[in-house]
Amino acid sequence: MIWDLFAAPFAEFGFMRRALLGCVTIAVGATPVGVFLMLRRMSLTGDAMAHAILPGAAVGFLVSGLSLGAMTIGGLIAGMAVALASGFVTRVTALREDASLAAFYLISLALGVLIVSTRGSNVDLMHVLFGTVLALDNAALILLCSIASISVLTLAVIFRPLVLECADPQFLRSVSGLSAITHFTFLMLVVLNLVAGFHALGTLMAVGIMILPAAAARFWSASIGGLLVIAVLVAILSSVIGLLLSYHYSLPSGPAIILVAGIAYGVSVVLGPVGGLIAQALPRAHLES
Amino acid sequence: MTKRRTLLKSAAAFAALSMAFPATAQTDAPLSVVASFSILGDMVEQIGGDNVSVTTLVGPDGDAHVYQPTPADARSVSDADVLFVNGLEFEGWLERLAEAASFDGTLVVATTGVEAIAFDDDHDDHDDHGEEHAEGEDHDHEEHAEGEDHDHEEHAEGEDHDHDHEEHAEGEDHDHGEEHAEADGHDDHGEEHAGDDHGHNHGAFDPHAWQSLENAVIYVDNITAALAKADPSNAGTFYQNRAAYVAEIEALGDEVRALMAALPEDRRTIVTSHDAFGYFAEEYDLTFEAPQGLSTESEPSAADVAEMITQIREEGIAAVFVESITDNRLLEQIASETGAAIGGTLYSDALSNDNGPASTYLDMMRHNANTLAGALGS
Repeated sequence: MIWDLFAAPFAEFGFMRRALLGCVTIAVGATPVGVFLMLRRMSLTGDAMAHAILPGAAVGFLVSGLSLGAMTIGGLIAGMAVALASGFVTRVTALREDASLAAFYLISLALGVLIVSTRGSNVDLMHVLFGTVLALDNAALILLCSIASISVLTLAVIFRPLVLECADPQFLRSVSGLSAITHFTFLMLVVLNLVAGFHALGTLMAVGIMILPAAAARFWSASIGGLLVIAVLVAILSSVIGLLLSYHYSLPSGPAIILVAGIAYGVSVVLGPVGGLIAQALPRAHLES
Repeated sequence: MTKRRTLLKSAAAFAALSMAFPATAQTDAPLSVVASFSILGDMVEQIGGDNVSVTTLVGPDGDAHVYQPTPADARSVSDADVLFVNGLEFEGWLERLAEAASFDGTLVVATTGVEAIAFDDDHDDHDDHGEEHAEGEDHDHEEHAEGEDHDHEEHAEGEDHDHDHEEHAEGEDHDHGEEHAEADGHDDHGEEHAGDDHGHNHGAFDPHAWQSLENAVIYVDNITAALAKADPSNAGTFYQNRAAYVAEIEALGDEVRALMAALPEDRRTIVTSHDAFGYFAEEYDLTFEAPQGLSTESEPSAADVAEMITQIREEGIAAVFVESITDNRLLEQIASETGAAIGGTLYSDALSNDNGPASTYLDMMRHNANTLAGALGS
C-alpha cells in the first residue's frame, strides 16, 4: 500500500526517477540562492530574469536550432549582461537595484520578442525554449547537476561576505573590497540557476522552486543555516509530493509541485514560530521580543 | 507534377475564358484571398490557380494553435475578399484578428459540413457509420459542387461568429440525412457545444479534420463554392480545377487505404506527440495515442506519461512518431524509456517548406501514410 503510493511510481518508471533527480538537484542548487535573494529583498529578480534571458536563448535557437548548449550559453550571456548592467547602474548612480533591474530586463525582453518575431517560423519559441520536468534527457540532467554543484561550491566560497552583504552592505563596503565581487558572483549564480531551470524544467518550476521554499523557511528559523536547511527540505518534499500527486491524480507536474510548495508557504505563514500569524497573536513576555 | 497539371489547366481555362469574355478576363485583378494556415492555403491555391492570389497567415512548419498574428497579417485580412478558416475553433485567434482588422469580405469555414469528431469521443462508436458516411458522401458532394443553392454558402456569408457552431450542427443533419443524426447522437454534441464558452483554443470537437482525405473533398467543395461566388466569371475554371483535384485526392485516398489496410492487426496503434490524427484514425481504423493531448498548448501529467509508457510496453508498440510542429523532447524520452524506435516525422498541422517532403497537402498525406507504413509494416 505504502509502496504503491510512494515508491512504485519511481521504481517502475525511469521518467519519474529523472524528474525526481532533476527536482532534487534544482532544490539543492537554486533554493539556497533563493534564500539569499529573499534576504536581499530581491525575490522578484527571478521573474525579471526569466524575461531577461529570452533574447540570448532566442539567438542560440536561431543559430543552432534546438541545442541545449547554444540556448544555455545564449541565455547565460543575456542574463549576465542584464545582471551586470543593472548592478553597475545600481552601484554608481542613484537608481536603486529594483528600478535598474526592471529597466534592463524590459529592454532585454523587448529585444527578445523582436528577435523571435522577425524569424519566419511561427513555432512558439517560448514553448520550445522552456522544458517540462517530465522530459528530462541525459543532457538536461547533466546540465542541472553541474550547475547545482557549481552553485553550492561557489556559495560556500562567498558565504561569509555574502551574509555580511545581506546584513550590512555598508559595513562590508567599508572594511573590504570584496563587496562588488560578492555581489556580481551572486548575481551570476542567480542567472546560472535560472537558465538551467528554464531549459530543463520550465519557467514556473525554475522560479517557483527558487523563491517559494525560501519564503516558507523564513517562518521557521531566524538563523541563516536554519533557513538554508529548511528551505532545501521544503523544496525537496514539495517536489516529491507534487510528482506523486501528478502521477496519482493526473495533474500537470510543474504546477502541481509549485502548488505544493505554495501550500507549504501558506501553512508556514499561519503556523510558523518565527513571525507567523499565530505566533504573533499569542501573548508573549514583554522583554522577549 | 501537380503544379504543372494545374498550370496547364488554368492556361487552358484562361484561353477558353478570354475567348468568351475577352474584356473582363484581361482587366480583372486576381481575387485576393487569405487562408489561415498552410494546408488550407495549399487547397485554395489548387482550386484558385492563377485567378486568385492566396496569402497564408501561419506558414509552413508554423503552429496555428498558438500563433501570434502580426500587423502584416491584419493588413492581409482587411484587404482580403475572402477569408478561409478551418473552423471547429482551430484558430482561436482569428476571430479577434478579423474583427480588429475590420474584415468585411466573406468568411468561409472550410469544415462546414464535416462530420466532426467530438473531443472525448470513443473512436469505436464511429467505426460503423464511417462506412455509411463514405458511401453517402460522393452523392452529397456532387450535388454540392454543381448545385447553386447550398446552405454552406449561406453559412459563410451570414456568419455570426458566436453561433456558427450551432448552425454547423444543424447543417450537419441537413447534409447527411436523418438516419445519421439519430444513429450517432450528433445532435447532443451540437447542443453541448452551443452552450460551451468560446474563450479557449479548442472546443468540443477535434479540429484536425483535414487529416481525412474524405473530409478534404468537403474542404475543396466549400472552397470552390466560395471562390465561384466571389468571382463568378472564373467559376468554370474553379470547378474544372476542383474536378481534377478531387480526382487526385480520391486516387491518393485509395492508395492510402490500401497501405493502411495492409498493416498487421497488432501494429495498428500509433504514438505521436499531440492528438492531431483523430480523423485519420477513424478513416483507416487505427488508434493514435499522444501524451500532449489535443492542443500543443497543454502540459502533460505524470499519469499521462506513465499510462503511455505502460501501454507501449504492454502492447509491444514498435515505433513512435514525432511531429514537425511540436516539442518532441517528451516523446523522445518516452521512446528511450520503452525501447521503441522513432519511426519518422509526421506532418500534422502544417506543411513543410518547399524542399521538405510535405510541401503540398497531397504530398503531406502521402508522406504520412508512407512513413507509417514503412515503420509499422512487416
